[in-house]
Amino acid sequence: MAAPNNETGEEETTGHEWDGIRELNNPLPRWWLIIFYATIVWAVVYWIFMPAWPGITGYTKGLRNHSERENVAVALQQLESSRVEFAQRLLAAPSLRAIESDPDLLQYARAAGESLFGDNCATCHGVGGQGFVGYPNLVDDEWIWGGTLDDIQTTLRVGRRSDHPETTYTEMLAYGQDGLLTPAEVNDLTDYVLSLSGQLHDPEARARAEEVYQTQCVSCHGVDGTGDREQGAPNLTDAIWLYGGERSAIWETLWYGRAGVMPSFEGRLSEDQIAALAVYVHTLGGGED
Amino acid sequence: MALNANQASTNPIDDVVLTSVFLAFGILLSLYVAANAADPQMEIHALMFAAAFAFGALFLARHVMEEPKAEPGGYAMGVVRAGVFASVFWGLAGFLVGVVIAAQLAFPNLLYFPDAAWTSFGRLRPLHTSAVIFAFGGNVLIATSFYVVQRTCRARLFGGIAPWFVFWGYNLFIVIAATGYLMGVTQSKEYAEPEWYADLWLTIVWVVYLLVFLGTVLKRKEPHIYVANWFYLSFIVTIAMLHIVNNLAVPVSWTGSKSYSLFSGVQDALTQWWYAHNAVGFFLTTGFLAIMYYFIPKRAERPVYSYRLSIVHFWSLIFIYIWAGPHHLHYTSLPEWAQTLGMTFSVMLWMPSWGGMINGLMTLSGAWDKLRTDPVLRMMVVSVAFYGMSTFEGPLMSVRAVNSLSHYTDWTIGHVHSGALGWVGYISFGALYCLVPWLWNRKQLYSNALVEWHFWISTIGIVLYITSMWVSGIMQGLMWRAYNEFGFLQYSFVETVEAMHPYYIIRMIGGSLFLVGAIIMAYNLYRTARGDIRANEQVPLAPVPAAAS
Repeated sequence: MAAPNNETGEEETTGHEWDGIRELNNPLPRWWLIIFYATIVWAVVYWIFMPAWPGITGYTKGLRNHSERENVAVALQQLESSRVEFAQRLLAAPSLRAIESDPDLLQYARAAGESLFGDNCATCHGVGGQGFVGYPNLVDDEWIWGGTLDDIQTTLRVGRRSDHPETTYTEMLAYGQDGLLTPAEVNDLTDYVLSLSGQLHDPEARARAEEVYQTQCVSCHGVDGTGDREQGAPNLTDAIWLYGGERSAIWETLWYGRAGVMPSFEGRLSEDQIAALAVYVHTLGGGED
Repeated sequence: MALNANQASTNPIDDVVLTSVFLAFGILLSLYVAANAADPQMEIHALMFAAAFAFGALFLARHVMEEPKAEPGGYAMGVVRAGVFASVFWGLAGFLVGVVIAAQLAFPNLLYFPDAAWTSFGRLRPLHTSAVIFAFGGNVLIATSFYVVQRTCRARLFGGIAPWFVFWGYNLFIVIAATGYLMGVTQSKEYAEPEWYADLWLTIVWVVYLLVFLGTVLKRKEPHIYVANWFYLSFIVTIAMLHIVNNLAVPVSWTGSKSYSLFSGVQDALTQWWYAHNAVGFFLTTGFLAIMYYFIPKRAERPVYSYRLSIVHFWSLIFIYIWAGPHHLHYTSLPEWAQTLGMTFSVMLWMPSWGGMINGLMTLSGAWDKLRTDPVLRMMVVSVAFYGMSTFEGPLMSVRAVNSLSHYTDWTIGHVHSGALGWVGYISFGALYCLVPWLWNRKQLYSNALVEWHFWISTIGIVLYITSMWVSGIMQGLMWRAYNEFGFLQYSFVETVEAMHPYYIIRMIGGSLFLVGAIIMAYNLYRTARGDIRANEQVPLAPVPAAAS
């Protein structure tokens, strides 16, 4: 290779030229070479200590005898054993109420419940349990199927309109679509429902719907429209609406019907998990005694 | 300086006859498959193949009848011009789809159309990645390699019409792959989604590409092979190997689109990531380093900094890169020893990668002032800086402890895009800005001011993109691993998704700016090719120094 040019202090080129491009022959930068060697040394040291090179029947285990699989198994076991005591205490509690009155157990149940809620419930009910249209709000004191600890536990366990044998099957009929009522009757009934919660309505239409309401609606929603939790029939007299309380939404409910599904979690979650989740939902703000 | 390169291939009939027979056979086979197709997707693709072969026959007939155009130096530059056009076209398409899917991630409910399955994220995402890597990047590589190998070997492209076959055949593969994704045809291997018949077709095209390139190198009129050609050759050879091995599969039917991989379980995963990581290494790194090694010294009019460094970093890079794939499978069922090797080789890869950066940047010593006046050179230098940044970040992320935080998060997306937008994108734009005036024989670009606009708009876009993904990725990783005192996860998955929303919007804006820059470039190149010069931008005295031939 060419010697340095003393006049310019610059390395000479290699003498090759391609399409006008020449090459200098500068040495490898020292820092570059040092770091390159250092990474190689580091790699060799790492191989000595950690599992690294495969052979015919096995691999080099390394001086540390490190095994990620074993570490995970041990960590999982530790986690499970740290929880087993709480899980047993949850199951042994005479009632869900007893869990809530034991501060330690309550703290654990709320932590476990929050995590379970995030993975299983938040998709529909929202991270904070605030709900969305069609998915009930769990933080207020309005409950469709009841808000006591036992009610919530039942809803979690068997679901509502789910595939669990003990589930409940009631539904809001599609009065318009299925021809149970005429379009005019559905329109009038909309005004009747609006009147129950004190909203703006046409009094004449309301009057015309009186008889229809008495024959079709009272069996579930009651004479005064306050609903029936046994049948999951919502209260129609307050300002809380699952599918919306404005005229168009009420008309839609009357015309197409409603039958929202809460899946059953029995089998998907263990008994202690369902207990923790029930306590968590109960303590979100609207739990009933 | 007009070089006395060789004339068109010695016996131009051979390649024409061979191609005719091939096309006729192709048409018959495609029609047979279309008539007996096991699924509608295959029928459409077989008909597309038949149409493409018929188009090829027309192209061939025109090629034979037409007088060969005299090119300066006797080089085959028509195919390079076609490659430049295809690069710009696919670049715009790929960036646009990228912006669309970024918007889908930011606003999933607004951009979800259940009745049009082809608009779903799952189908558009591989369309984006393949369009930018293989359609844009691949056409840039084919075009520049055909240009560089001729100029640095002083030899016309080998193989008569074969380079045109490579160009059209490769772009047919792109169209088959892209339409396949939209119809739901995929073998579900990342960056290797096309099904078996598209893979077979690409294999044929790629082998011809290798023959054209090697043939040209072999008949060179220079004593030595220029460093850019080593890099191109390593890219072509290694991609052939990776493509063939990773796509070994058994078709369900010879006339159906579905196939099953020859590998299963963790072997399949390792083969896939050996492929995918080395696609980054040998497609997006060595291929584009080849571009750098020609276009930066050429544009800066400075000799390459160190021949010695280019040898050492070339061999160390290609030897070490091929081991690094397992770092994509940390903390999986992949045996730990394989993870160790993937990680340690990735760390050893740091300096070999940086060798290319040093050679690129130091080539400018004595010419740094040009960065002020030449936005094209500045773009290429910034590209090399992004290359250095992402080849430092890569080894860092391959370390298991870091990977346990970064894996599966947006940090990976940010890392990839600092390489893709910064390095691959900018070095390609630089090469295109150089090539268009040279290929269309223009004194200068239509407008340097528009290059400035392109540079600054897209640089802001890149910075927005990668910083938002760093923040969102690290936040995502920290939220996923946060536990409360009882060992329960602190955050539900949907909470982490909510937290990323603002960063997804920033990312979408960044990507849009990058797209706007590319549109400005396309306009500038179009006007340049037409021979226009923007008012007040005429260079008064010396012609643009880098103008070739």
